[in-house]
Amino acid sequence: MVLRIGDPFATLLSVQRAMDNAMQRDWFGPLTSGRGAYPPVNVFERGEDFEIVAELPGVKKEDLDIQVKGATVRIHGKKTVEYSDQASAHRRERVGGEFDRTLTLPAQIDAAKVSADYRDGVLTLKLPRAESERPRSVTIN
Amino acid sequence: MATQEVALQGKKELAPSQERTEAGKFYSPYTDIYETNDAVVVAMEVPGVERSAIDIRLDKGVLTVTGNVDPKRYEDVAPIYSEYNVGNFVRSFTLSTKIASDEISASVADGVLTVRLPKAKEALARRIEIK
Repeated sequence: MVLRIGDPFATLLSVQRAMDNAMQRDWFGPLTSGRGAYPPVNVFERGEDFEIVAELPGVKKEDLDIQVKGATVRIHGKKTVEYSDQASAHRRERVGGEFDRTLTLPAQIDAAKVSADYRDGVLTLKLPRAESERPRSVTIN
Repeated sequence: MATQEVALQGKKELAPSQERTEAGKFYSPYTDIYETNDAVVVAMEVPGVERSAIDIRLDKGVLTVTGNVDPKRYEDVAPIYSEYNVGNFVRSFTLSTKIASDEISASVADGVLTVRLPKAKEALARRIEIK
C-alpha cells in the first residue's frame, strides 16, 4: 500500500497503521538480516527503489559510516551521550555506544547511485535497484 | 578503552493513563536530567522532529515538551518492513527546583533537544562558611 496523504489529521494515523501492518512481516525471509540489532530500521519502497530509515538521535553526522556493496548495506557509527564533569544526574535513560548493523536486501543495489540524508536525528538511505534487477517489458510476437 | 555497544531500547509508547483526544500513537522520549550548580538540564531524544515542531511549556512548575513528527516525509512510499513506529513525542516533568522562567533556553541538535532551566536566585545552593 502506497501512502497517499490528503487529510492532514488522518495522515499520521494512516502512517502508523501501515507501519503496524509492516511490523508483522518477515520481509528478510531466509536472508541473514534480522530484527533485534541497533539501530531499528524501517524499509520502504518508493517506486522501484528502496528506502531505509533509522532513528539515530544523538549521533553526529561525522560519526556515521555507511557502506553499500551488492545487496548489502552496512550502518556503522558511534552514539555519544556526554555531560560536563560538574553535572549530577537525576535521570539517565539515554544509552550511548557503538553500533554496526548489516542488512541484506532481497535485490541488488546500484551502489554508485545510493544517497544518504541525515536530518533531525533520522538517517534516510535511498537505494536504487541495480539496472539488472529492473523489470523489462516483453513483447509478444 | 573497551567500546560499549548501543543496547536496543525500543520506543516507549505513552501509558494509557495519559489518554488523549487525538487518535494515534504518542511516544515518551528517552530523557536524561542532570543538575549543575546553576541550572537543571533536560536532554530528550526526539528523532524526526523539526525545530519548529517542538513546543516547550513551563506552567505551575510542570515542564511539558511536545514534538510533532512530519507525516509528509512518508508520502508516496509503501512500508514493506518495519521495526519501529513513528508518532509524536510528549513528556512532562514536575520540577522540584524553583526556575528562573525568563532565562530558560533550548537547543536541538541531531534529534536531541536540550532544555536548560536556570535555577531561580533563591534556589541556588549556597556554600556556608564556618566561622
